[in-house]
Amino acid sequence: MSRKRVHLAAHFPGVNNTTVWTDPRSGSQIDFASFVHLAKTAERGKLDFFFLAEGLRLREIKGRVHDLDVVGRPESLTVLSALAAVTDRLGLAATVNTTFNEPYELARRLSTLDHLSGGRAGWNVVTTSDAFTGANFRRGGYLDRADRYERAAEFVRLSRKLWDSWRPDAVAADPTTGTFVRPGAVGHVEHRGAHFSVEGRFTLPRGPQGHPVVIQAGESDEGREFAAAHADVIFSPHGGLEEGKRFYADVKRRLARYGRAPHQLKIMPAATFALGDTAEEAAENAAVIRRRQVGPQTAIAFLEQVWGRDLSGLDPEGPLPDIEPDLSEGVSQGRVPIKDRAAVAAKWRALAEEKGLSIRELVIEVTGRQTFVGTPEGVARQIDAYVQADAADGFVLVPHLTPGGLDEFVDRVVPLLQERRVFRADYTGATLRDHLELT
Amino acid sequence: MTVHLAVALDGAGWHPAAWRETGPDVFSARHWAGLVTEAERGLLDFVTIEDALGLQSTLPDGPDERTDQVRGRFDAVLLAARLAPLTSRIGLVPTATTTHTEPFHVAIGIATLDHVSGGRAGWRAQISARAAEARHFGRRRFPPIDPHAPDPSAEPHVRDLFAEAADAVEVARRLWDSWEDDAEIRDVATGRFVDRDKLHYADFAGRFFSVKGPSITPRPPQGQPVVTALAHARLPYEFAAGSADVVYVTPHSDEQARAVVEEIRALSGDLKIFADLLVFLGPDAARRKARLDELDGAELASDAAIFTGTVRELADVLLEWRRAGIQGFRLRPGALPHDLEQITRGLTAELRGRGAFRHAYEAATLRGLLGLPRPASRYAEVS
Repeated sequence: MSRKRVHLAAHFPGVNNTTVWTDPRSGSQIDFASFVHLAKTAERGKLDFFFLAEGLRLREIKGRVHDLDVVGRPESLTVLSALAAVTDRLGLAATVNTTFNEPYELARRLSTLDHLSGGRAGWNVVTTSDAFTGANFRRGGYLDRADRYERAAEFVRLSRKLWDSWRPDAVAADPTTGTFVRPGAVGHVEHRGAHFSVEGRFTLPRGPQGHPVVIQAGESDEGREFAAAHADVIFSPHGGLEEGKRFYADVKRRLARYGRAPHQLKIMPAATFALGDTAEEAAENAAVIRRRQVGPQTAIAFLEQVWGRDLSGLDPEGPLPDIEPDLSEGVSQGRVPIKDRAAVAAKWRALAEEKGLSIRELVIEVTGRQTFVGTPEGVARQIDAYVQADAADGFVLVPHLTPGGLDEFVDRVVPLLQERRVFRADYTGATLRDHLELT
Repeated sequence: MTVHLAVALDGAGWHPAAWRETGPDVFSARHWAGLVTEAERGLLDFVTIEDALGLQSTLPDGPDERTDQVRGRFDAVLLAARLAPLTSRIGLVPTATTTHTEPFHVAIGIATLDHVSGGRAGWRAQISARAAEARHFGRRRFPPIDPHAPDPSAEPHVRDLFAEAADAVEVARRLWDSWEDDAEIRDVATGRFVDRDKLHYADFAGRFFSVKGPSITPRPPQGQPVVTALAHARLPYEFAAGSADVVYVTPHSDEQARAVVEEIRALSGDLKIFADLLVFLGPDAARRKARLDELDGAELASDAAIFTGTVRELADVLLEWRRAGIQGFRLRPGALPHDLEQITRGLTAELRGRGAFRHAYEAATLRGLLGLPRPASRYAEVS
């Protein structure tokens, strides 16, 4: 049996502490040149797609904008559309929220991107229900938590109705007969659902991909079911090899229920990496990056999120506080809340005592280390092994530096994956669907 | 006296039968890339891109089932972004509605266009009063538009849409200002990426929506991208005077031009006034237009004055209107690319010969080309 192909995407470094802005090589997070650099690097490496995450309100801690990580980002689809002009094959995907958008408008924007990129658009469907972000929108954040996946599913179904509403041959544009659109080829869409009530005609012909690639992120049972029913790609949380294999088997098994084949849903966990000429050097580089990701102030901020208190007086290089966590309310807004803070605090205390860790060392220890650490050969081998073991179909690479954080991976790891014949030597198709082997 | 020149891009041109002349693929990026690079070659100030959240129609509201005219259109903000890397000096002014869109999304979309274009973004803010478009969203119901109403903009629900549009522009400007220019500090010693005293809540609460802020997007290169609006009557003039930097008006004679300028100047001293003209250019312009009218089965009708003639004759008209106080022109080419090339190669040379148009781009931003100062953030403390 032939070896499975590895799929790779590139995540533009985002607004969390994975992104190291204190490094002297760190460039602008907003200049278009940074996006161009990373996208062109990804395309040079023949990656499947480039990805932008979303955050529609600046994160806050203790009632003020969180200022320790990168702050600020562009509107994703606008940047992707501009990147379509400077790339030829690279898929262009972004997270776009279904709570704060309307299907007609978003389906139209995604179709526009698909047309203008020659079939390279991808959409990571998320649905939030937080009033904090909702304060920036007409709609507010009133969505009931239980309705989230229902709304997402209805949003995707309706979007696909709109994308399908022009017959594939609708545009004749024949000057000799004077027929621009074929009679009856622009269909009337009528949708009445729990969340949306939409009727009329769509404004765009079917895009090059038919439907832009739909991505889903989330590990809950509902999330997996949603992905099995609707998504082309799932961003899974990265676990160990065994955990990854269980997740993979579970999600792929669900596809049959929807009449879908296993290859029609690609499983791509996020992955960070640190490289070195030797295993020791790579480990050293990884440790340096981790210390930069968890600066002294960031360490305290992490602790405050668990303790629910102002701990700014503590020495980050000193021991954990004796004071107990305040469980009444969280200090942080705009990010996923930490569940069961009392238990987390107890666990952290025990770990710090056992290993004799300072606050900063503890936070470095408990927040994710790099997924892949090693020589280029070692990392290529690990990636290949994960994919061949059915723990993933590939990875979304998350560099820690803007914009050059992917350069070394593309220059040193990609050629080794190509040598192993598990990664494309060049693009063989034009669309993102082609790259992902979805058709 | 010099004039500003813009062109309004839409489909295959503004004559509904224009697509039958050259049969362009209006759904290809190449079509639009060719047009905008031609406009930049002609040193024009900016291009606008038409848009609406519904299909084109000859009816005032709802689809008309016609199959012989261009139907279908890209999202204009994304199209403008797609064109930004292909150009370096010309302004890009997409249409985005204020009625069904989220003001926050429009604000960050236009701010991002300004970032990707290096300070060349504008926004043509437009309301949508059509009941058919409201049904695409299913959130609001609008009464059908009465085609015989003497002034559709005076209808009560339209009045509200303009009030909402003014709020949407206000929110956008506050969001653009919500990051001071020097908010990003990257202070390694204190671990702070931004100075949060330089990030501000927009705290807008109005009749139609409220928006907290700050923007998620750092301040655009122009500070505030250029806001523009098309206006035909008193209420939209007031909207433009209160909210826009540039207004497009539609006089049909130099007397009308003078009257419109007078009316608007009473509302605003510094709004830039552009006149729209739908143009067929060249020695055979009248014949070309007549042929297209025949293909379409009707004589072309437009809100803007329709001009047919040579670029020399058009230059006469523009300079006459310039003397009436019109500062620039948004020309709507009858058929693309022919009438655009007449503008970029013929009209610009003719005007230049009369000392009325630039020889080279004199600024790197759209504000710079229009002579508009870069505004300081309203939240910045004057030191």
